[in-house]
Amino acid sequence: MLQTLQETVSRLSSLDRDVLAIAWLSLRVSLTAVGIGLALGIPLGAFLAVTAFPGRGALVGLFNAFMGLPPVIVGLVLYLVLSRSGPLGSFGLLFTPGAMVAAQAVLATPLVAALTRQVVADAEAHLGEQLRSLGLSAPRRARALIHDTRFSLVTTALASFGRAISEIGAVLVVGGNIDGHTRTMTTAISLETQKGDLSLALALGLVLIGIVIAVNAVAALLRGHAARAYG
Amino acid sequence: MPSLRCEDLVLRLNGATILDGLNAAIPATGITALIGPNGAGKSATLRVIDGLMAPTSGRVRIVSDGPVRRAFVFQRPALVRASAFANVALALVPLKLSRAAREARARDALARVGLGDRAGAPATRLSGGEQQRLALARAWAVEPDLLLADEPTANLDPAATELVEALIAEMAAGGTKVVLVSHNLGQVMRLAADVFVLAKGRAVEHGPTRTLLLSPQMPETRAYLSGELPWTSFAAAS
Amino acid sequence: MDLLRRRFVAHGVLAALGLLVGLAPARAEPASIIVASTTSTEQSGLFKHLLPLFEAKSGITVKVVALGTGQALDAARRGDADVVLVHDRPAEEKFLSEGFATKRQDVMYNDFVLVGPKADPAGAKGDDVSAAFGKIAAAQATFVSRGDRSGTHSAELRTWKEAGVDLPAVKGAWYRDVGQGMGPALNAASALDAYILADRGTWLSFKNRGNLAILVEGDKRLFNPYGVMLVNPAKHPTVKAKEGQVFIDWLISPEGQAAIASYKIGGEQLFFPSAAR
Repeated sequence: MLQTLQETVSRLSSLDRDVLAIAWLSLRVSLTAVGIGLALGIPLGAFLAVTAFPGRGALVGLFNAFMGLPPVIVGLVLYLVLSRSGPLGSFGLLFTPGAMVAAQAVLATPLVAALTRQVVADAEAHLGEQLRSLGLSAPRRARALIHDTRFSLVTTALASFGRAISEIGAVLVVGGNIDGHTRTMTTAISLETQKGDLSLALALGLVLIGIVIAVNAVAALLRGHAARAYG
Repeated sequence: MPSLRCEDLVLRLNGATILDGLNAAIPATGITALIGPNGAGKSATLRVIDGLMAPTSGRVRIVSDGPVRRAFVFQRPALVRASAFANVALALVPLKLSRAAREARARDALARVGLGDRAGAPATRLSGGEQQRLALARAWAVEPDLLLADEPTANLDPAATELVEALIAEMAAGGTKVVLVSHNLGQVMRLAADVFVLAKGRAVEHGPTRTLLLSPQMPETRAYLSGELPWTSFAAAS
Repeated sequence: MDLLRRRFVAHGVLAALGLLVGLAPARAEPASIIVASTTSTEQSGLFKHLLPLFEAKSGITVKVVALGTGQALDAARRGDADVVLVHDRPAEEKFLSEGFATKRQDVMYNDFVLVGPKADPAGAKGDDVSAAFGKIAAAQATFVSRGDRSGTHSAELRTWKEAGVDLPAVKGAWYRDVGQGMGPALNAASALDAYILADRGTWLSFKNRGNLAILVEGDKRLFNPYGVMLVNPAKHPTVKAKEGQVFIDWLISPEGQAAIASYKIGGEQLFFPSAAR
């Protein structure tokens, strides 16, 4: 154990361009997926928070449940959909970064929607009556509440980023872990573990954790700065 | 200016009867106060008038020449985490003004309440009194025909209360019909032309402010006013 | 628009779209093919050695998806691969007979080795793999099986049969079916001090050996041939037949065969070229 740790530290210093490329791909795939998840999930969650319609409760329950969607199931379903024999096979997306983005976006969107709905519903309890009294339409009220909760929504974005970049089940199945094309941090860690190179796997793991911490730190800085500036 | 007729308003929420056949003919001009003990249905009446709550039965008839623009000022100013200016501008969205007109009106309203130099300040960072003035600016900006104010000074210190009262009086003087819910009987005396006393979801008494407060007719009114001891001594002295 | 525009969200979405554009497959991308192959070839490092040589010569990018032989053939059946390079002769014959490929060509072979704890509690060490398997079953010594329909798994099941062991009848707690690739199975064997049938390539590049060592090798029944097939474009029109064939032709060319032979780990050759001349 101790020996593995010592090796890990020495491996960290010799990580090469390949690792940087893998880290960069992981970051791009997950940030893009989270971007899509935010673009879809925030309006969806906010809309669920400000409107009432039959079946809304069921929909909210569904999104809450989908926060725990198993990545490997998402990967498998998307694999069958994106496979050449599948309904979207003609796009040729399987085993590409695009497929990995799609899979992680599927994971991120319900998470964003469910967390946004909760955050916006809390704000709505405080502001909703006033906004309705102003005669604002439901989409406009949703927009105002999104704006009101934007600093809390940063946490939502970080949570979905954490889910996206740390998952392996979906990217492995739809990406194929192709060296130089679809190998991400998690699939690389898994591969090195399989090859029995535990110290390299651990070194990669530390890099991944470093990425997550760095992204969180940047978000915290931006959030703190924005909160000071805009209240 | 609109006159309001609350006709047999009944409001039941979660099994509780909030309004129980409330009838009130609210005159078209000046400031009308709604007073009464907690739970009498004052806030609910304002919300039903504004359309925020649909009555279980009965109706509010608004008599006016044209469409009635409403504004609501709550006890706790509900402000979006954005600049003071943005909060006022948001209220103007439904008016579908040009951008320039909207910004001019928002700046105007902020200046009217004495917040002209705080337009860019985060609304949630303003003091309690400034926040309530901002809420009034938001109401003012839409140039309402009807202002519904639900205990607008309940959380304010005397100086801030005075400013808010002055603003409400100014709006009323400018032609806005005001319906004011207040526990502050001094404030009711200062602002309101007429008063409705509510008890248990009904309006039990209505009259000109001074007459009603100094010689109440109904037992519910007397019971309520006798609970407000500091006021009676103050009123008797003045 | 008013000041309430969602500046942060808008910027985030723009940034995300920018990244997405960066990820979209560029139309001018050089030709590429997908090769479905086995974990043993990928994890042994062979492709990392071969592909740069081929890509430099042909300008065709080869993307290797490493799966078990059974999964690799299934992916090809769905049209998700252009070329398969696997090592399970009966499964390959079936693939051919179903018409998913029209031709199978020998590429190379390596061999399986029986790996086990150095202490060898079952006394399996020797040069007869059938005898060794018989002793392991008799001693009920811990044995790790891939259990994943891979070529190695098939070879293991074949060896039990040849050893006269009725596996379903004698299976017990000693027989650990891990359902994973060669690497994870070796990790499990290392942790459990268990016996395991492994391909030599993965074993040589495997680092977490613990107490394990080769106990049986060189038995010709451990011969492990790899075949390469182009997925039949008549079954899946999206198959890049031209580029796929270029890759196959290179693999079996003297140049490709020499490249295979030149891949060594610690001075030891892993794969032996076997293409028919």
